[in-house]
Amino acid sequence: MADLAPYRAVLSSRIRSQLAYRRSFALDVAGSAGVGLLEFLSVYVIFTNVTELGGLDFAGVALVFAFANLGFSLADIVVGHVDALPTYLRSGTLDAFLLRPLSVLGQLVTSDVQLRRLGRCAVGVAILAVALPQAGIDWGWGAALLVVAIPLVGAVIFAAVFVAAAAAQFWLVDGAEFTNAFVYGGSNAASYPTSVFTTPLRAAVTFVLPAAFTAYLPTLLLLGEPGPAWTPAWLGWFAPVAAVVAWVVALTGWKAGLRHYTGTGS
Amino acid sequence: MTEPIIDVVGLSRDFTVRAPAGRLRRTSRTVRAVRDLTFSVPEGAAVGYIGANGAGKSTTIKMLTGILVPTAGTARTCGKKPHRQRRELAREIGVVFGQRTQLWWDLPLHESFRALAAIHRLPSDRAAQRQVELVDRLDLGEFLDTPVRQLSLGQRIRGEIAAALLHSPRLLVLDEPTIGLDVLSKERLRGFLGEERAAHGTSLLLTTHDMDDVQRLTERILVVDHGQMAYDGTLAGLVDRVGAQRVVVVDLLGGAHGAGAEVGGGAGGAGQAGGRAAGVPDLHGIPGTALVAVEANGLRQRLAFTPGLTTAAEVIAAVAARATVRDVAIEEPDIEDVVRRLYLSQ
Repeated sequence: MADLAPYRAVLSSRIRSQLAYRRSFALDVAGSAGVGLLEFLSVYVIFTNVTELGGLDFAGVALVFAFANLGFSLADIVVGHVDALPTYLRSGTLDAFLLRPLSVLGQLVTSDVQLRRLGRCAVGVAILAVALPQAGIDWGWGAALLVVAIPLVGAVIFAAVFVAAAAAQFWLVDGAEFTNAFVYGGSNAASYPTSVFTTPLRAAVTFVLPAAFTAYLPTLLLLGEPGPAWTPAWLGWFAPVAAVVAWVVALTGWKAGLRHYTGTGS
Repeated sequence: MTEPIIDVVGLSRDFTVRAPAGRLRRTSRTVRAVRDLTFSVPEGAAVGYIGANGAGKSTTIKMLTGILVPTAGTARTCGKKPHRQRRELAREIGVVFGQRTQLWWDLPLHESFRALAAIHRLPSDRAAQRQVELVDRLDLGEFLDTPVRQLSLGQRIRGEIAAALLHSPRLLVLDEPTIGLDVLSKERLRGFLGEERAAHGTSLLLTTHDMDDVQRLTERILVVDHGQMAYDGTLAGLVDRVGAQRVVVVDLLGGAHGAGAEVGGGAGGAGQAGGRAAGVPDLHGIPGTALVAVEANGLRQRLAFTPGLTTAAEVIAAVAARATVRDVAIEEPDIEDVVRRLYLSQ
């Protein structure tokens, strides 16, 4: 879609209404940052007992955590509300979307934006700022590009997971708990070096739910580490491919879900 | 003539209802919400779509607007296949579901209008002109800046209708638009819809339980019963078919107070305590009629008759032979009652 004006009109109204109550907005952002900090605290606690986790030192693990968090919270800002699909179904909002001359998924995604999740983004950026200089990275243009690209590609992958989870809810009317296990479980798995998992689980969070592509594998590239067997570091270069595949799966699922809703299939 | 605005052939829709049966098994049952509907609505017409709850009205509307896909049969709305050409169709129709909002809940109306103008890609001068027209005629001015969730039901429905008409659709589909509104709001809304049709030739498809809506807004009605077409024609024809009674209301001139005593202005004059205004007979025994009410001391009387047995003209002539008639009105039967009779006669 070349012309985004219709989506922008709704989105800009939405952003204005979220910024209207400044103090409340500030509290929301702080709360979201607090969640990110608490999660990082668990990483810190682990490193008071060990010096290495899954082959990475504290700085390396902090990078994985920060990239995963930044990617996830960027995706959460833009598409996080799609897991409220059952609410949209019950209130008839999805019918309203179907009555407008625009893509249903486009309208769903642009119907809201979670600006308060910027707090968690900020935590991710702050951890990156501290950890990047201490991680022993061989700096060059390639490394700089990776630092920018990793969270963006990660966000694209997480966004696909959100959409796929929303699509599943066309069938599972009260299935938010079930799909959350994948969305938030995926985010959690992405925040740690995937090498801590047993091989089958590692394969699952790499090739089934592509969580490892959002942070761990590309971070290995940045650090110049070889990576564990079965999921070597060079897989990190395929993160964009993983993103494309994830979106193909998510969009196929979304289309099938929408067809199920309007009753073409089944 | 041009092609019909709605053209439906053999339209059916099944739903699968699953229910637990025993510990692990589930039974699934197919419910036919709409079966084998065939009808056509010419451009510019106003049609009432009537039926009991669960008769299949909303399902039909959802198939006509592209929300649901038919199980069998075909529908064409504005010459388009509703589901296949959903987006193209959305530019040509406006839809209001009375009980569900299509506006953005936390945005004020003027922002919703701005977003909708962008969604429908209306040129800004045309959008502004249309908005001014709708705001003026639906009287939205005083709450344009209020978030939709804070509006009263009447205000919200007016806003919804304005939003549905902003892009000047060829067909306006209203699903229970007046449900829950007070008498005055209903009346204003009907007045507006009449004007809108006169000014722009907009076709109208209306589902309602309110028979005044049907009488005031539509020239043809479709009645569905258990998903099937039970009647297609005029309201008068339906009344004929089920033999429902019409009522002639006659206002008479009283003799004692002379020619000046009238019903409307005569609350003090003619309405003396107790008795009957002098010189006014009871209209018992007019052939083919039953006297159902005597009001205002006999100055207003209601005679029910069954179309077919006699005509309004014969009744009025018979009344005029016995008393001095000042005014005559004919009340059509209550349509809920007519529909109920129709269902029973199937």
